[in-house]
Amino acid sequence: MTTTSAPRRSRLNTTDLALVATFAAFIAVCAILPAFSVTGVGVPFTLQMFAIFLAAAVLGARRGALAVLLYLAVGTAGVPVFSGGHGGPATWTGATGGYLLAFPIAAFLVGLVATRVARTNPAAFTVVVSVAAAIVTVAVVGVLGAIGMSIKLDVSIGAAWGYATPFFVADIFKGVIAAIVAAAVHRAFPQLTAKR
Amino acid sequence: MPPAIRLDEVAVSVPTPSGDLALLHPTSVHLTEHRIALVGSNGSGKSTFARLLNGLVEPTRGTVTVDGLDTVHDGPAVRRKVGFVFTNPDAQLVMPTCLEDVALSLRRTVKDKRTRQARARAILEEIGLGDKADTTVHALSGGQKQMLALAGVLATDPAVLVADEPTTLLDLRNTQIVADRLFALPQQLVLVTHDLDLAVRCDRALVIDDARVVFDGDPQAAVSTYRTLARA
Amino acid sequence: MSNLLVGAYRPGTTLLHRLPAGPKLGLLAVFGVATVAVPGAWPAVGLLGVAIALALWVRMPLRSTVRALRPLLLVVVVVTAFQVWQQGWPTAIHVVAGLLASVLAALVFTATTAIDAMLDAITTGLGPFRRFGVNPERFALAFSLVLRAIPGILEIAQETRAAAKARGLERSPRALLVPMAIRTVAQAYETGAALHARGIGDD
Repeated sequence: MTTTSAPRRSRLNTTDLALVATFAAFIAVCAILPAFSVTGVGVPFTLQMFAIFLAAAVLGARRGALAVLLYLAVGTAGVPVFSGGHGGPATWTGATGGYLLAFPIAAFLVGLVATRVARTNPAAFTVVVSVAAAIVTVAVVGVLGAIGMSIKLDVSIGAAWGYATPFFVADIFKGVIAAIVAAAVHRAFPQLTAKR
Repeated sequence: MPPAIRLDEVAVSVPTPSGDLALLHPTSVHLTEHRIALVGSNGSGKSTFARLLNGLVEPTRGTVTVDGLDTVHDGPAVRRKVGFVFTNPDAQLVMPTCLEDVALSLRRTVKDKRTRQARARAILEEIGLGDKADTTVHALSGGQKQMLALAGVLATDPAVLVADEPTTLLDLRNTQIVADRLFALPQQLVLVTHDLDLAVRCDRALVIDDARVVFDGDPQAAVSTYRTLARA
Repeated sequence: MSNLLVGAYRPGTTLLHRLPAGPKLGLLAVFGVATVAVPGAWPAVGLLGVAIALALWVRMPLRSTVRALRPLLLVVVVVTAFQVWQQGWPTAIHVVAGLLASVLAALVFTATTAIDAMLDAITTGLGPFRRFGVNPERFALAFSLVLRAIPGILEIAQETRAAAKARGLERSPRALLVPMAIRTVAQAYETGAALHARGIGDD
């Protein structure tokens, strides 16, 4: 394996830049892929939220949040990488703008937990990251999403929350899968969490 | 007079759970010939050797210098001097379109955007990809990609070119096109290859086996050493 | 995937096409806020009328516009029913007309703004953040790296899906997603090495 080493400094080095950009592309691909049907009961779901949690759990807080922001920038600029193959600011002005805003925050929080647990207690990685992702799904993605929807659709936050509940369940499941996959990625690439 | 690449007691190892694994045992060589081949089996350490030359891999012990510049301390300066061509051009081409990829290499030397685009276009014409300037890199054939990758490296005007199995993924025709281009270059060339026909076209050849340089000298003799090793 | 760079952009010569991307994005934001903040059913219908007029003016192709609006259909139906029941027709019209107006206006924006222009606008907009360690040129480079990486990752996704299927594991999220993620990270490291070798991270 190539050991690309750069001078130690706080800004992103070349490898980090490549990781951030590649994961932004990974989120894009997961969002536009025809929905997987992996649940076995034919319930299709897109992998966008999975990819966001994975970016966070693999890259950590800073790089993970940057990957999500970069993905949002690419989509907002008009590249059709938002779910359903759309692009441009329309996704922000629609009813789901609050969710987009929540994505980088969610990635930052899950990434913070993931890096910490990967360094201190790798055996607990899957469980801890799954729980963190579930909490963030409800507390950040759910709340910001519901606020966005309630403003846009002129409904109470409670009603918006109720409308979004079925999606929570799927998102929590996606968080668990992301944690499992991220654990495998860390075993394959221990240098991802190396202290810099 | 080609630049002098000097390896002084260079060793590379990586830590593994079962102790350090040597990727290259202590090696000292002085490379001054115009064209130098590195041959050896998969996993022998020749890729590590090649990547030492531009600082992509840093020595665990010893020093690597190019024209007196240390690859660790003067990394950026060394990489300006030493161009690198990867086996898989897909890994090397980082921009969406052909024109942008070549222009990226010119960024440091040509500051004006217009001039840079014109220069990049001229370079694409030269390698026969003039009509592909705004095409996505992904749509090119394997041979075209490797020519583009090579053009991107040469655009930075390096003094040395290190090519890590540049023809392994190519068919016979494209191998010839890429190889002829490589051997026509005025730059010093360090060529890692499995293609023994290419190895014998060089001025000097090193055989690497089991993380050691086991032969260093005449390419014909190197190839027979390598054949003997492969049969053993 | 070659149309990726084009997106929904339709070249043209109208005033909206010629307007710089930055100010145009500002206008869109104002329009979006107006659809929520201006109360009443009639203003919302008026804004929707404006959005439709803009769409006609810049000659948005009907089919792709409808396709882009289709995901809203469910929301429109649910919200209309909910609002009529809860707060009556005027609120329902305000909400639905406002939603459609803002989304349509955003689609007009996308149809009249090249991705390059938008990238330049974002890069310029990031300029003032330099003092906080934001580097606009690095952002522009990262943006291009994303576009370059997408086709490759799509291919990885398809290959891992085919490989999982060949082994009868197409229902296992793990067999599908672990190799996809690992190959993605490997590709990122290769890209990092390539950037490094080309001296791009050094400046």
